[in-house]
Amino acid sequence: MSVMETAATTRTPRVKRRSRMTVAEGIMYAFAILFLIAIMYPIYFIVIASFSDPSSVANGQVWVFPKGFTLEGYKELLRHENIWIGYRNTILYTVVGTLIGLVVNISAAYALSRKDLVGRKFFSLFFIFTMFFSGGLIPTFLTIRDFHLYNTFLVMVLPFSVVVFDMIVARTFFQTSIPGDLWEAAQIDGCGNLRYFVLVVLPLSKAIIAVLGLWIAVGYWNSYFNALIYLKDPNLYPLQLILRNILITNQMQSGMGTGEAAQVALRLANLMRYSVIIIATIPIMCVYPFIQKYFNQGVMIGAVKE
Amino acid sequence: MERIRRNWGLYVLLLPAFVLTLLFAYKPMYGVIIAFKDYSPASGIGGSPWAGFKYFEKFFHSYQFTNTIRNTLIISLYSLATFPLPIMLALMVNQMRAGRFKRFFQTVSYMPHFISTVVMVGLMLILFSPSTGLVGNMYQLFGAQAPDLMGSSALFSSVYVWSDVWQHVGWDSIIYIAALSAVDPSLYEAATVDGASRWHKIRYIDIPMLLPTAITLLILRMGGLLGVGFEKVYLMQNDLNILSSEILSTYVYKIGLLSSQYSFSSAINLFNTVINFILLILVNQLSKKYSENSLW
Repeated sequence: MSVMETAATTRTPRVKRRSRMTVAEGIMYAFAILFLIAIMYPIYFIVIASFSDPSSVANGQVWVFPKGFTLEGYKELLRHENIWIGYRNTILYTVVGTLIGLVVNISAAYALSRKDLVGRKFFSLFFIFTMFFSGGLIPTFLTIRDFHLYNTFLVMVLPFSVVVFDMIVARTFFQTSIPGDLWEAAQIDGCGNLRYFVLVVLPLSKAIIAVLGLWIAVGYWNSYFNALIYLKDPNLYPLQLILRNILITNQMQSGMGTGEAAQVALRLANLMRYSVIIIATIPIMCVYPFIQKYFNQGVMIGAVKE
Repeated sequence: MERIRRNWGLYVLLLPAFVLTLLFAYKPMYGVIIAFKDYSPASGIGGSPWAGFKYFEKFFHSYQFTNTIRNTLIISLYSLATFPLPIMLALMVNQMRAGRFKRFFQTVSYMPHFISTVVMVGLMLILFSPSTGLVGNMYQLFGAQAPDLMGSSALFSSVYVWSDVWQHVGWDSIIYIAALSAVDPSLYEAATVDGASRWHKIRYIDIPMLLPTAITLLILRMGGLLGVGFEKVYLMQNDLNILSSEILSTYVYKIGLLSSQYSFSSAINLFNTVINFILLILVNQLSKKYSENSLW
């Protein structure tokens, strides 16, 4: 999407609605367009740089269009086995982690939303307290190790699957959108809590399931902290940790090589950095416009105070 | 008792989250006592001898004490100063006429939020490179030498905070946009009848409407004043900026996991948590007193 398109869309309302644009509005839209450019240009630049000859990029010749079109960076990526192992692991962690996260948080949230739950206050406090107080890095690390979860698949998807914030959002949703009468009616028909939850509540809660599912999935896709601390085996590394090695850790060393071969290697490494950013971010960027309205919905639900 | 028995299904639903929280949040809280012990893995938490406040004193007297706390405070107060930006953005979006541009604007402004921290810092390293990056090239265009943004102690907090604003300002504004969308349109109409200008409406309708949400979020932020996130700072750290980029959480990580001083690291972490907790309670109390907004 280019900047031109943006400018064109601003003009439409003025023409269609016939109403005059005030000076204040003009300034505001000008500012809005500057803001859009500031957000979009760096992203756009990465895209064109990933297709350009690395020396043109380094010499400042790439501004609007790719220069010296090349797929070398992407080809180099294909040879990097680590990236594909990381990709596979991340997909696994994201899928399994999201499923676990949904089950754990949604069901607890529903229970907490019921006014007739004895001990409701206690359970709410039990969860909310962990938002403000925690054992910290080392005690948590020792716990994970004591449970023999260190360096396992499970550590990436299980221990941190309770997200209290998500739980509160879901609880608010259940409180405001599932009428209490439904439960009364179901009870008279002899329906138990579990059956009612699965057969009545869940089908009515697709919006919140979508929102939380996506929140959790994005979280898993982007996280590297737990992997950094709890994984040792490179075959278990998620994509983000591999990316860290390529994008950040190597950065300091890459400036040191000398000679022709080192120069070529350095250029290729730089090019690969652009392409690796693209392939790591594309999955999220592709789904995001479609799910955006659910995201907004979720934040709005979260904004409703009890 | 009867009600518990009748609703046993609800407890089944609660159980997984309860057990996980107990095991992975509360059990580590018990582990915090190693901050007061000479922990050795061989004797375990219970068996290790007590050390009293030895490790806290060690931290208070170490040369890193002032440095890490100062850096943490600078970065978080600086971030706190950008708190009004999402509100301003929301007010602006609210002024736009509904249409394609408004939707497009929002879509684009949220987009950077989905970039992972690793990619974000990688992006910054590439773009901010004074010799080959976008910023470097821009400076060259004007015949100037670009500053080394990623390798400068003096600029670290600015780079950290403003890249964060770039990434999250759009996303953070959603909650305010949501609050504004709840304004009763008849309020605006009444204001127009009374001759209110655009600025009057923002001043007397929109801003009061946002205040409760803003205060709630502000309290939460104050509670985390010393809790500047580990993820981004750690990735941005290098030998050149370490003087101003070493913060409490990265220090806890290095002392604890990289040099295996478990008790010392836990003590620093506990110190951090306790101060955050006190701040949270303090600010909440103040807010309760002066604005009737509070978390509990």
